[in-house]
Amino acid sequence: MNKKLNRLRRQAVSWAALVPMALVVIAGLGTALWSLKISFSSSRTFPADDFIGFAQYARLLDNDRWLLSLQNLAVYGVLFILAALVIGFLLAVFIDQKIKGEGVLRTIFLYPYAMSFVATGLVWQWMLNPEVGIQQTVRQLGYPDFKFDWIIDQDRVIYTIVIATVWQASGLVMALLLAGLRGIDEEIWKAARIDGIPPWRVYFSIVLPMLAPSFATAFVLLFTAVVKLFDSVVSMTQGGPGIASEVPAKFIMDHLFGRANIALASAGSIMMLLTVLVLVAPYFYARTRSAGRKQPS
Amino acid sequence: MSNVSIRNLCIRYDENEIIKSLDLDVIESEFLVLLGPSGCGKSTLLHSIAGLIEVSDGTIAIGGQDMTWVDPSERNIGMVFQSYALYPTMSVERNMSFGLRIKGTPAAEVERRVQRAAEILHLQPLLKRKPSQLSGGQRQRVAIGRALVREAGVLLFDEPLSNLDAKLRTDLRRELKLLHKNLRSTMIYVTHDQVEAMTLATRIVVMRDGVIQQIGTPGDVYERPDNLFVAGFLGAPGMNFLSGSLASEGPSIAFASARMNIDVSAYAFRETPATGQPVVLGIRPEHIRIEKQGNPNGVISLIEPMGNHHVLWIDCNGTPLSAVVHDALELKADDPVRFTIDSTKVSLFGQAGERRL
Amino acid sequence: MSATAVHAHRRQRRHLTPARIGIYFFLLSAAAFFLMPLYIMLVTSVKTMDEIQLGNIFALPADFTIEPWETAWSSACTGVECNGIRGGFFNSVAIAIPSTIFPILLGAMNGYALSFWKPRGANLLFALLMMGAFIPVQVMMFPLVRIMATLGLFGSLPGIVLIHIVFSMPVMTLLFRNYYASIPQELFNAARIDGGGFFRIFIQLMLPMSTPIIIVAAIMQVTGVWNDYILGLVFAGRENLPMTVQLNNVINTTTGVRLYNVNMAATILTSLVPLTIYFVSGRWFVRGIAAGAVKG
Repeated sequence: MNKKLNRLRRQAVSWAALVPMALVVIAGLGTALWSLKISFSSSRTFPADDFIGFAQYARLLDNDRWLLSLQNLAVYGVLFILAALVIGFLLAVFIDQKIKGEGVLRTIFLYPYAMSFVATGLVWQWMLNPEVGIQQTVRQLGYPDFKFDWIIDQDRVIYTIVIATVWQASGLVMALLLAGLRGIDEEIWKAARIDGIPPWRVYFSIVLPMLAPSFATAFVLLFTAVVKLFDSVVSMTQGGPGIASEVPAKFIMDHLFGRANIALASAGSIMMLLTVLVLVAPYFYARTRSAGRKQPS
Repeated sequence: MSNVSIRNLCIRYDENEIIKSLDLDVIESEFLVLLGPSGCGKSTLLHSIAGLIEVSDGTIAIGGQDMTWVDPSERNIGMVFQSYALYPTMSVERNMSFGLRIKGTPAAEVERRVQRAAEILHLQPLLKRKPSQLSGGQRQRVAIGRALVREAGVLLFDEPLSNLDAKLRTDLRRELKLLHKNLRSTMIYVTHDQVEAMTLATRIVVMRDGVIQQIGTPGDVYERPDNLFVAGFLGAPGMNFLSGSLASEGPSIAFASARMNIDVSAYAFRETPATGQPVVLGIRPEHIRIEKQGNPNGVISLIEPMGNHHVLWIDCNGTPLSAVVHDALELKADDPVRFTIDSTKVSLFGQAGERRL
Repeated sequence: MSATAVHAHRRQRRHLTPARIGIYFFLLSAAAFFLMPLYIMLVTSVKTMDEIQLGNIFALPADFTIEPWETAWSSACTGVECNGIRGGFFNSVAIAIPSTIFPILLGAMNGYALSFWKPRGANLLFALLMMGAFIPVQVMMFPLVRIMATLGLFGSLPGIVLIHIVFSMPVMTLLFRNYYASIPQELFNAARIDGGGFFRIFIQLMLPMSTPIIIVAAIMQVTGVWNDYILGLVFAGRENLPMTVQLNNVINTTTGVRLYNVNMAATILTSLVPLTIYFVSGRWFVRGIAAGAVKG
């Protein structure tokens, strides 16, 4: 009897210690469900208790601004992820070639990641300013017809955000892929040399497949950053010119606070959540499956 | 099958001379083992034969051609690594055929070679599997297969069995020996394990600090070690060493120490020994005999039963000697015992030069 | 011996082959691209507005002045008030310190419980926590506002700290759990045999052994909290707005003439703390990325 009591007591302490974690999990799930409930209602500034089904979602799909924000995010997402992966990969590969000054270069490529999104957006906003930024500077250097006013161009402004955030995130991708590269057994390179495989082929057929987990991790991180895109847009373009660089996160925040339409915003946020789940769930599934399949040697 | 000829090889890294003016001839079809402790340069030597390390001076010729500056893939060699170094995302079959396909070898030829290697190494049921689905022993065989398909003149092995557990090691060791017997390839094999060296080699090269200590058949290096280092490195338990000096009385010469005198008149001296010359006498544990009768000249301090033999540690007036016997004769620790030394099996080394006399 | 030199050619040492020149060229160009904004930021922040209007963004300052920095620090307008962003600096410090200490302690305790005690259901809870880390903050935003208002913490310093604790728990727990996974179970068992309970073992044995991961966690957390914008914007309240929010106010909500040099000075001031941490901590920062990014 005493033994059982002791064991329960020991277990109780460790369970008690996990209460904060449990609270956070409940908060996470609870708030998500709460938002879901609101999205089915007609709440404006305050939550209303009615249930109108998917009406808000239908309204979203009819909302020009929301549709534009989705389109922007899609374009942005593809360009950002591709560019960051490619540049990060090239940086990692080249740095791995036993070059001089490796430490300095790594520091240079990664420092943008230490800056806030807001600061990044502001700096690039300044640089891309047509009147006193890069466009003007190049014109003064003797190219009076040089045009680089994308930031005030409705069709091109989203590319400016790509540039700024790729500048910030490529270093992160480089760090992740470099760690992966360094984890490759040195002797595989030796074996490839003996087999007479040219270096580019080694990268293509052997290294890249081995780096798949690192790429997957980088991709997931980049993808979540895309969905969360908010700070950079607010600081760089405020969603402009007009609504040309609107993104879902900003749409939702605007409607939660300024435009006082909680239900519509909640519907939008649930759509965001679903998008993330669709990608992240298979990733988790794949990781747990591959971890269980490896044979012990 | 090719021979390998190394002349005056020097390998320097930063300020350290890892290999110093080394000469070595590897005979066609032999199984040469490079044996020595960590850091003795055996792996460096192997890597330089492979072309993975640049030499600072000297020449390396394989099959009669100067390969000192040739790319590893054109040296007509195959190599097996300690960590197998299999390409993890490719199947066994692709692992073995990748290099050939890159070279543009016709598919039929690739297929033939892969099948042949798979047959020799019993890999047929595994061809479609990935390395992560194989055991350590299977992975090592695939690594060997990858080297075999190159149909190279020389096969290089860099401590291939070190990552395997003891039982697997003995199994694969036997397979390697069979492999050599069947293929008659020239094999150069690096290890720090003297048991591996003794069982596999046709000749052993004992190395220390970048210098070759002795080259010879397993029997040579075991029974007639050239210096104290080689004598102490081979054999477990190691050779027993006694310090003393030589004393000659007429035609007979004896080894004299504080504890015993041994007649070494029959010893094959290389040069005429000088009386009073300080020497070290070496005797292997299996050549110390325990007598059933006679005055005891030592006390047993420890007995280690090994199953099919026993190791007796004898305290001879402060000097510990190990002896290997097959029958413990009901001896126990602290028993007084009489032992004799087989004087035809001793080795004598000069205390100054450590060279075998 | 005679050797026929068929393929013999002197191997080139690893010096300037065309390939290596290409590598260095690419890397140096990339370095220039990455450094350019920093250079421009610095250079713009010490120019006069007259010079900036001339339009050469790359030029070194002809008329060096630190007035923009003084303005940014103490007299720029952050909305209604014009006291510079120094208020934001102190707010960010006040937010960052507790928002680093508490998450680290909680994350360490969670990781410790998960790695060694392994109570039943803990792994499921941890998996849920990890999945929760991917929930976009907008989904939780309104309900959290309501909850904080109900608790009376909305728009307060304890409120924003609590929010940061909640949002950083997944990453902190992951960091510590992975770290403790590399500490042998035998050590823990020996402490149990010696009579240690949950908290005693945690405080006297595990925490002292956790210095490396605590450093990494601190670096990640301080940087993350300092650079946060959206949580501070919503939950900190007008008196506690962090520097990032004030920075955005200074630059994007000013009417009248835009003082680009002041803006850049303010941007640098806001980035000073995380950049300093980054340049000083070097390796630790990278370890943080590798440790935190390996999810699961």
